[in-house]
Amino acid sequence: MADLRALQDGIVNSQIWKSIFRVGIPNTNRKRVLAVLGSLILHLHPVKVRRSGTRMSYTWCMGGTTFFLFLVETVTGLLLMFYYRPTIEYAFTDIMDLREQAPFGIMREMHRWGAHAMVIAVWLHMFRVFMTGSYKPPREFNWNVGVILLVLTLLLSFTGYLLPWDQLAIWAITVGSSMARATPGAGNEGPMSGLIKLGDIRLIHAGDDARFALIGGRSIGPATLLRFYVLHCVAIPLVAGFLMAIHFWRVRKDGGISGPL
Amino acid sequence: MTFIKDFINVLSASSISFLLLSSIFAFIVYFNLLDGQLRTKGGKLFLGLGIAFVLIGLFIRPLLYLGIAYLAIMFGLAHLGPRLWDRKVGKWLLIFMLAGFFVSMLDPNFFLIAAKPDNVPIGAMIFLLGIFTWIALRKAYLNDKQIAAGGIPWEKTETSEKLFVWPDLVYTEMLCMILLTIVMIVWSIVLRAPLEEAANPTSSPNPAKAPWYFLGLQEMLVYFDPWLAGVVLPTLIIVGLMAIPYIDTNPKGAGYYSFRERKWEIGIFLYGFLVLWSFLIITGTFLRGPNWNFFGPYEYWDPNKLVPLVNIDLSEFFWVSLFHMPPPRLWVIRELPGILLVVGYLSLPPLLATGPFRRFYLKMGATRYYVGAFLFLIMMALPIKMVLRWLFNLKYIVHIQEIFFNI
Ligand code: HEM
Repeated sequence: MADLRALQDGIVNSQIWKSIFRVGIPNTNRKRVLAVLGSLILHLHPVKVRRSGTRMSYTWCMGGTTFFLFLVETVTGLLLMFYYRPTIEYAFTDIMDLREQAPFGIMREMHRWGAHAMVIAVWLHMFRVFMTGSYKPPREFNWNVGVILLVLTLLLSFTGYLLPWDQLAIWAITVGSSMARATPGAGNEGPMSGLIKLGDIRLIHAGDDARFALIGGRSIGPATLLRFYVLHCVAIPLVAGFLMAIHFWRVRKDGGISGPL
Repeated sequence: MTFIKDFINVLSASSISFLLLSSIFAFIVYFNLLDGQLRTKGGKLFLGLGIAFVLIGLFIRPLLYLGIAYLAIMFGLAHLGPRLWDRKVGKWLLIFMLAGFFVSMLDPNFFLIAAKPDNVPIGAMIFLLGIFTWIALRKAYLNDKQIAAGGIPWEKTETSEKLFVWPDLVYTEMLCMILLTIVMIVWSIVLRAPLEEAANPTSSPNPAKAPWYFLGLQEMLVYFDPWLAGVVLPTLIIVGLMAIPYIDTNPKGAGYYSFRERKWEIGIFLYGFLVLWSFLIITGTFLRGPNWNFFGPYEYWDPNKLVPLVNIDLSEFFWVSLFHMPPPRLWVIRELPGILLVVGYLSLPPLLATGPFRRFYLKMGATRYYVGAFLFLIMMALPIKMVLRWLFNLKYIVHIQEIFFNI
């Protein structure tokens, strides 16, 4: 034991350790404050919080779980990008190769199950926030940021669903995106779209309607794959990440995790 | 065993299970959350509902099953009363659910669908929804009791106490992360991600299903056209969610679990979230097979199952059945009854504002009242259309094929 203690002291007092963790072991209140304030990551938190806000039984840690799963998706997704090319020649075979060849090949599993889990977690988080009345003033705006995050989570999942380019993928996206055809006024088969005419020519048709804009063609094809890939790997994660930053910022600025006053 | 399976198969048809779920939901709210009594007027209403199910059920077998199941669950819940929120009872309910699930897994047809890799998380979601709903309502019930007795909600006993984030919060978060990491790794090793044959645009699978979180919308396609089920209603769900904090101005119940102080808000939200959204997803995932036909949980997904299509439009019903004449050619006249019905439905809020809902109108103000009432009516349009479909085989209330405008 004494040896271990000495070893720990040795490590904690070494120049390397001290250069990384500026306060050392946070064993006094002063150091606890400094540990949180001095760290980029930890200072997402305030230094002190209400006890009820730390209770798992209150928040279910669901917002945190959602965020953690988002991070899991980011890391596993990045690894998947090493192996995957978003063209119809390669997409499917790349996934096959990944399955057969890649060492420690659970990245795809983790990415897929993490995505499902994130959708469920975000619903449960919303459910908790509703049940504790945490959308009430001053948190109305943060609830709205949350709703947008919920939509983005679903869109992330939806765009990712196409990428393996197997039967499951293209038909699920076919079903999902065919709804856009029925957008009122903007879809080829939507109500009122037929009324938008220039002389005798219909302006809204299968070649320029809302569905065409979504999938980049008249049917799911190479353009859709590329489009969904870019949305999935770049555009939506960036926006979602940005909104999460706002979300967390607002949790603090609105007075921390809600509690009765 | 076959009898039980048959019973459950019949019971899970969306028409039956939806009515069962809705009435049990209402009963739990009334009885277990608000301490209702079977002896009172409200209680007798619930009893009467069960008896009505059974009586009609003497002629229509599925409703008999519904009546029996409803009365059994109702008396069970009535017997438990507030004890439904005891930890011990909750534990037993969970054990029963799990046991039912694992026994069902012995059935090959059930296993085939429930063990599909992509369906596993949705199965888990059913349990999670049950568990977390129970937890939230239990806390709400306990707080309600405290407040009714002149006390304060449990959370309030701890609000003035402040903790250091390091170590108290950071360690909790760390523990969560470690647990989640373990769960994710084990899950990923045990269950392989599905990969079917390479995409083939010429051969569509049957059934072709959207990703699971959109199956609620796909299930709505049974009752509404794509422009409503796929575009307008989802948009309004998002708008409705965003509007919640601005419509609900009740200052009570912020920052702690409660029910009594917010019974309308919570009631409506839970109904939409559990009985509509989650229920539709679960139905769409587990009970819709080839050609989007309904299959009970223990039924084989037979691609050749034939379901007669006998749905008729309101206009047909009105002109042909009622007045024995061919429907008028001009759609404005042909669809007048349906259009009037829809307009009448949507003008309920102004009518009710002067009458029974005056209280709400005055409390909320005009804008909040109208926006809230409109969103509520849109939400309720779904169960209304569902019930109309089951009762009268109604296809469209308004059917203007000329401009693709069908409701
Ligand atoms: C990607 C999605 C989301 C992430 C990563 C996220 C993350 C978080 C985190 C970490 C918290 C701190 C408290 C907790 O863990 O419960 C929080 C609080 C909150 N979230 Fe979210 N959230 C997301 C989506 C949502 C959604 C969909 C809603 C509502 C529709 C929402 C509304 C709120 C509100 C109002 C709070 C403050 C709660 C309080 O003060 O008690 N968030 N969120």
